Amino acid sequence: MVKEKRIGTGKSSLLLLGVMLLGSFLTAAAQDRIKIELNMGQERPRLAVPDFKAANSDPQTAPLNTVFNQVLWNDLDNAGIFDMVAKSFYPSQTPGQPTELQAKAWGDPPPNAGVLTFGNLGVNNGKVDVQGWLYDVKNPGAPQILGKQYKEDATPDMARTIAHRFADEIIARLGSGIAGIAESQIYFVSTRSGNKEIWSMDYDGANQKQITKLGSIALSPRISPDGSRLAFSGLTKDSWQIMMYSLELGRTVAFPRNAGDNFSPAWASDGTKIAFASTIHSGLSEIFVADANGAGARRLSTGKGDVSPVFNPKTNGQIAWVSGRTGLPQIYVMDADGSNVQRMTDQGYAVSPAWSPNGLLLAFAWVRNYGPGVLGGSDIYLMDIASRQIIQLTHDGGRNDFPSWSPDGRHIVFQSNRTGNEQIWSVLADGTHLQQLTRQGRNSQPNWSFK
Amino acid sequence: MNKSTSNRIVVLGVLAFLMVASGCKKKQPAPPPPPPPKAVSATLSANPTSIEAGQSSTLTWSTENATDVALDGNKVDPSGSQTVSPTQTTTYHLTAKGAAGTQEATAQVSVTPRATPTPTPAPTPTVTDDQLFAQMVKDIYFDYDKADLRPDAQQALAQAAQVIKQKGWKVQIEGNCDDRGSTEYNLALGERRADSAKQALIRNGIGADALKTISYGKEKPQCTEQNEDCWQKNRRDHFSLLH
Repeated sequence: MVKEKRIGTGKSSLLLLGVMLLGSFLTAAAQDRIKIELNMGQERPRLAVPDFKAANSDPQTAPLNTVFNQVLWNDLDNAGIFDMVAKSFYPSQTPGQPTELQAKAWGDPPPNAGVLTFGNLGVNNGKVDVQGWLYDVKNPGAPQILGKQYKEDATPDMARTIAHRFADEIIARLGSGIAGIAESQIYFVSTRSGNKEIWSMDYDGANQKQITKLGSIALSPRISPDGSRLAFSGLTKDSWQIMMYSLELGRTVAFPRNAGDNFSPAWASDGTKIAFASTIHSGLSEIFVADANGAGARRLSTGKGDVSPVFNPKTNGQIAWVSGRTGLPQIYVMDADGSNVQRMTDQGYAVSPAWSPNGLLLAFAWVRNYGPGVLGGSDIYLMDIASRQIIQLTHDGGRNDFPSWSPDGRHIVFQSNRTGNEQIWSVLADGTHLQQLTRQGRNSQPNWSFK
Repeated sequence: MNKSTSNRIVVLGVLAFLMVASGCKKKQPAPPPPPPPKAVSATLSANPTSIEAGQSSTLTWSTENATDVALDGNKVDPSGSQTVSPTQTTTYHLTAKGAAGTQEATAQVSVTPRATPTPTPAPTPTVTDDQLFAQMVKDIYFDYDKADLRPDAQQALAQAAQVIKQKGWKVQIEGNCDDRGSTEYNLALGERRADSAKQALIRNGIGADALKTISYGKEKPQCTEQNEDCWQKNRRDHFSLLH
């Protein structure tokens, strides 16, 4: 029944495929909100986001308001859950506060908005003050959904942060209670300092900053669930080792070395375990799991080139990983104690699994029709683990790899060389809203924070 | 004439006096014994000390206080020289006998075989272990996404193993991949490539503790062009001598 309704809302063949697939998820997990979000279709709230008004003529007010308005619009647009009303439809008079609101002008065509956010921003004595509201313009009796006030240092960074926080409030109210991601971070590898180091950026590509200064090669950043520590693989004088960077202390902290090479770390979502690949046992890489401090490492897989473990973040009871045990790499899943190994992909070159926050989907990179002469076309795919149904997320050529889910499960960040060299891109899990986030140097292996 | 006669008389007179005088000392103890015979010394040298077969060298010797000097049993002058043309490396003995005893001296003339008529081979250059290692233990190459050794690689490793064993070297085996695969999986693949070479060297008699492996995945390419030539160059095991 649910499935039929979804098909009815489909707009394109691609969407139809996604909708059919996602509809099948619903039979297994009817309450799953991600599926509902990805299938909102015409039910998506029609949201108007006029620029906030300048509250005064302080010289800092106008530039900070510009930053704020831009970030707020992008955050709400990126969320993927709103039907954004084009600015060209807006009434000439925009409200700065509730007393100035003419709800009918927004609720009627042409804007035909269902919800409206508005407010004002002013700088006073080096502080920026923001008042923001969210109104249901078709409910004149009790229109206010949200009213918030923010006061921070008057800097562009803080104007940006306030916009992120306000956007997250709106998204949480209108997006089925799932917290927004506007304050989340993406960690990645960049060559722009001259060698591969770990960098971070805001989820929208702003504030790109170098984190590590290893001076050799740093790969595979994985942020801890609480956001305080960054695990990564670092090349030492004689081997690869799992390294740990404390974002609180601003430096690398001790983490036990193992013999052999150790790489591709992954956190359990409760922060108590780290899985990784190590050659300590056989000289070939196998999957190990250790306590979060690196102690008590034990082997889970007996592989021939096992790598890239990732926990099911919903349960931490399973690990997906990549193995070349039968030839070309394929995705496998096992229980967190190493038992119950299942092969998930049956052809091509499948690597870089990323487990969705709700535990139901695997994103991965796949050269699906691998064969002589057709090398190189790697795309991002999503698999429903229960049914093994697969949808293709990227279609634009190049080598697309290392998908990582946003905390709300609505977005995927990945690397692609579609422009000629490796850069970081993000996309909604339904394949829309593709955006390039990096442009300087070569950038790869993005990892989205847990919150 | 008269004058000369008188001179003789004076001389004789003096002599007579001396004789009388000496006669007076006859009452003294026996005269001191004759001084002990002086030590015998002998030296012998060859110039040059090294010759090629057919060339000659000059032996030169000198002795002191020797009465009987022989060179290799043949009597010779106490000091002298002689030309010799030994056909093989020879040690010459000089024996000097004197009142105080016998002294010997030796000198060696080294003989190298005569050069053959063919051109003289270049002198063996002094190579460092690093240079020898680079000559003898070369990169081996792999097929796409494969870690098994090709026949040429197996042969190369069998030869390399002989030198490694003979020299007692410790070796790091570095697995590498071309840039088309995925970063993390390529690290795993590079480990397999390094391990393949390690197992082959072990089969050829090298101890496992003389071999260390590391994978560089696709992080240390030899070249970056997007063509099969370059990809093939990067699908390799490189070997480093550990010091």
